[in-house]
Amino acid sequence: MFNYIIKRFFQSLITLMVVITIVFALLRLMPEEGYFGEGYEKLDEQQREAILTQMGLRDPLHKQLLDFYKQLLRGDLGKSIIYRPKVDISIILNDKIPYSLRFGLSAMALSLLIGLPLGILMALNHRGFWDKLGTAYIVFINAVPAAIYYLFIQVYVTGIFKIPMLYSESNPLSWILPTISMSLGSTASYAMWMRRYMLDEMNKDYVKLAKAKGLSGPRIMLSHVLRNAFVPMVQYLPSAILYTIAGSIYIESLYSIPGMGGLLVTAIQRQDNTLVQALVLIYSSIGIFGLFLGDILMALLDPRIKLSKKAGAR
Amino acid sequence: MMGNRKIEKFSDSLNESLFRFARYNYRNAIMGGYSNYSYWRSTFRVFCKNKVAVFLLFLMIILISFTIIQPYLPNQKSPNQIFIDPETKMQYVNLPPNKEFIFGTNSIGQDLWARIWSGTRTSLFIGLLVGLWEAIIGIIVGALWGYVRKLDRIITEIYNVLNNIPTTIVLVLLTYIMKPSIGTMIFAMCITGWLGMARFVRNQIVIIRDREYNLASRCLGTPTRRIITKNLLPYLVSVIMLRLALAIPSAIGSEVFLTYIGLGLPVHIPSLGNLINEGRLVMMNSTLRYQLIFPAIILSLITISFYVIGNVFADAADPRNHI
Repeated sequence: MFNYIIKRFFQSLITLMVVITIVFALLRLMPEEGYFGEGYEKLDEQQREAILTQMGLRDPLHKQLLDFYKQLLRGDLGKSIIYRPKVDISIILNDKIPYSLRFGLSAMALSLLIGLPLGILMALNHRGFWDKLGTAYIVFINAVPAAIYYLFIQVYVTGIFKIPMLYSESNPLSWILPTISMSLGSTASYAMWMRRYMLDEMNKDYVKLAKAKGLSGPRIMLSHVLRNAFVPMVQYLPSAILYTIAGSIYIESLYSIPGMGGLLVTAIQRQDNTLVQALVLIYSSIGIFGLFLGDILMALLDPRIKLSKKAGAR
Repeated sequence: MMGNRKIEKFSDSLNESLFRFARYNYRNAIMGGYSNYSYWRSTFRVFCKNKVAVFLLFLMIILISFTIIQPYLPNQKSPNQIFIDPETKMQYVNLPPNKEFIFGTNSIGQDLWARIWSGTRTSLFIGLLVGLWEAIIGIIVGALWGYVRKLDRIITEIYNVLNNIPTTIVLVLLTYIMKPSIGTMIFAMCITGWLGMARFVRNQIVIIRDREYNLASRCLGTPTRRIITKNLLPYLVSVIMLRLALAIPSAIGSEVFLTYIGLGLPVHIPSLGNLINEGRLVMMNSTLRYQLIFPAIILSLITISFYVIGNVFADAADPRNHI
């Protein structure tokens, strides 16, 4: 067990380093305008060179990479150039993360509250009305790009219920729609997986044995099937929780919530190189760390998982 | 002498009817243990049981053929031409749907009908190319991964590293760095897309490779090519087709996403993502919402259809679901 955790940890670390190096390398290919603030056009060639040299962008690549790593180890993500000139990126993030967390966590709670019971209902009602209705919902959510139903919800629901279209700090009514829209996608995926795992478990032999022993249907469901079906679901939870930090790109920019997701869009549109770099790094480390935690949690909960042959077993 | 006579006598008892081809009789054939099982016919039959999927398949065939022939039909307008009112010398801005412009015009006076079909072509082209590329790379890597035992460890490690990188990040980063174009978009989507395919093909091959019936085939001297086409491929067809079908909605979705965050195709190449984005800019004005609704309906129709067709076909193509 311990060996597995250590191995998995180093695997994640190597992945993270690969990602950091790739991000670093790719951003050196960027147009250099992104390293200047206002007034790029006014500078002449020499001044531009001077600024780039001062930022260390004219050093040999390996030295740049080393400096980059050193900076990261100190927890320094650099300074924003265009978005909020000369402000530490960590300060910008500090302002943004609470908004994303608030919406992300409440959306997650909502989707767990709706998604899991929906999945269970669909499994119990296999091939019945609820199963079909739920499947239609899941197909719709999975097939149609999120932007479309988000847009339509924003346009029409705000109109019908006279809810303000944009987020405002002081009006809790305006918090409802972003939360609900954000939870739609994860509700569908929780329901889908819950249904599948429930059905898998219901077809197993131990259920037959329990029936033969004379246990009541609800009893089998609650204390056997549900518990077993829930284990694989746990794998996705750490990622889901961590990803709430990253926020929802669509929702936050649609409702102009000043969170992390909107920040990435702004940073890209205004070509703020260091900010994009920092955000990409944060997003990918969240993803990698979430998968790591999920795998560890799974291994702890389910002793049957073959620890050595991970890729083959999945 | 004796033998000759006997044969003569034997041939006397034969009549012409014994030398005609026997008609195929289903019941007799089943009783004799013969099955005229055909993989594709069974797949087709199981697929046709799902009425919704058949309907959507027809809808898609009609829609795709229409997008292909649309530019050659009479009275079609160019998607990028800006139309000008001859009387007022002003552009036809934001005209609601009418006889001349079936879906109306957009905010700079372009024909929405022409733009939607042109955009559908672009988006479907991206989706198909991404799907094909995923299938090709995925099958090659997956087959090597599954068959060549020496490569197993190395590819598994590489896979674990690559699989941990969030897809959205790769998409965003690559399109951010490269110039916006169809090629960039396809490249960015392909670079991570094949991973899932490769893993699935590999797992299937590892499972099926050493099954008894394959062992028996090999012992009986079946050539490798026949083992691959008859024993392995039917198991993989369902996965390959599913991936291909699902690549289209996901590619269209990624395109919408990239356009939304400002990394999409240039405006002069209409795509469904571009159209949705243009519609989004005017959606606050309720009279102009048709500019968002039309592309959204077409797009949802395409993505839902491919999603459903892909899933139903994958079930139908799975030999375990036959009979």
